[in-house]
Amino acid sequence: MSFATGLICRECGSAYPSEARYSCENCFGPLEVDYDLDAARRVVTRASIESGPASIWRYEALLPDPGVEPIDLGAGWTPLRRSTRLAEVLGVRELFLKDDTRNPTGSFKDRVVSVAMSSARRLGFTTAACASTGNLATSVAAHAAYAGWPSVTIIPSDLEKSKIAMAAIFGGVVLGVEGNYDDVNRLCVELVAEHEDWAFMNVNLRPYYAEGSKTLAFEICEQLGWRTPDQVVVPLASGSQFTKVAKGFRQFLDLGLVDGNAPTLFGAQATGCSPIATAFANGAEVVTPQRPNTIARSLAIGNPADGPYVLDELRANGGDCGSVSDDEILECIGLLARTEGIFAETAGGVTIASLRQMLERGTIDPEKSIVAIISGHGLKTLDAIVETATVSSTITPSLESAEEALSFHQLVAAS
Amino acid sequence: MSVIVRLPSQLRTLVGGAGEVPVEASTVREAIVAVDVAYPGIAVRVLDDRGALRRFVNVFVADEDVRFLDGLDTVLEPGQTVSLIPAVAGG
Repeated sequence: MSFATGLICRECGSAYPSEARYSCENCFGPLEVDYDLDAARRVVTRASIESGPASIWRYEALLPDPGVEPIDLGAGWTPLRRSTRLAEVLGVRELFLKDDTRNPTGSFKDRVVSVAMSSARRLGFTTAACASTGNLATSVAAHAAYAGWPSVTIIPSDLEKSKIAMAAIFGGVVLGVEGNYDDVNRLCVELVAEHEDWAFMNVNLRPYYAEGSKTLAFEICEQLGWRTPDQVVVPLASGSQFTKVAKGFRQFLDLGLVDGNAPTLFGAQATGCSPIATAFANGAEVVTPQRPNTIARSLAIGNPADGPYVLDELRANGGDCGSVSDDEILECIGLLARTEGIFAETAGGVTIASLRQMLERGTIDPEKSIVAIISGHGLKTLDAIVETATVSSTITPSLESAEEALSFHQLVAAS
Repeated sequence: MSVIVRLPSQLRTLVGGAGEVPVEASTVREAIVAVDVAYPGIAVRVLDDRGALRRFVNVFVADEDVRFLDGLDTVLEPGQTVSLIPAVAGG
């Protein structure tokens, strides 16, 4: 069972029932799902969680009510891997990689979609929709296909070909908008007013959708043996994942399920779309929108909805925010692949490059434990690397030619 | 000068359900105030107690975010549409 009680405005505290509503009628503030943690404290234990399924739904008590049963492709319970070789390169004592490439459609978005789709079904919706930079569209289309729902996913028309293909293969309607993600997002907010029978995962279902990201924090704690890490690096697009990861750690601490203190969270952005990093560095209270221009398309949100809350969290707990170039992103996709055998999409390159940057400037402590969230699979952004990740040599089918090439690559001694 | 203000679903109950309200205004601020004169209760939801835009409201003029223009002082042309849009979407 779920201990969710309804919706509450994060700005002014106005309360609403558990319905399809995302912004406060009084102040436009974001609504979030509220829980009766006092009631949960008596029921939710380490043992009750450990007896649950190997998916995000082991945390059902702390997620929005999924109704009869969740719409579940198996999101979550992804590996938390202790890094050895990358940790050595970066010069850190204890580094863990939360490998969310290992979700059903290859990104953390399966967590949020499984939660939102389940709530959507409970609320009576039968059509799934979203505004997306690609990963969300893929996950929505896949979950809708599984549930037998029509889907309408709306993306910038110039996304990576691999991401468009992944969204389209599941058979829903994919609308490519001539514009950037912020244009897509604005269009969807206008569309949701005209199609109130559509469940837009990240618009009218956003309070439910966002809760799915808490499961990253829950799993990290459980996989560390029911303790919190010291530092967590989270990629930033809208900032929703970041704020809900923070909420997840808080809830586990509030419930006494986990030892330790609340971790310090660190953000990761590409310089080509760094509205939050820029506001943080400038000491600004408001996030000024940017027009994105980066290969990290999944993070290319120039007008991040949760930006103010990310700034609050970063400043309250001694965090920092990386801002890294496209060249560093590509370099760190390669670094992660070569040292750990994990093939991450561009967002993963942003996370690793930001981790390195914040280690270099001393805001991340190499002696304390670190978790880096790798949010999506590299096959999603092949376009970014196909020009550089190529055959080492082209040879003729002869021993001589092979040996010559191997010698060139120093795998055998030169003859 | 006549312009059109497009309202999000959250505000439509205040204007009897309409999605668009035509008003006379020459700036974004005047347009918001004009809607509020006709349908009291709009401005307090969109503007804070200092008269600035609330931080979770986006305003677009001719599809451009007014924060890229002159904010509430952005000058309107006849017939243009001012769209009020909740900011807490997406991601």
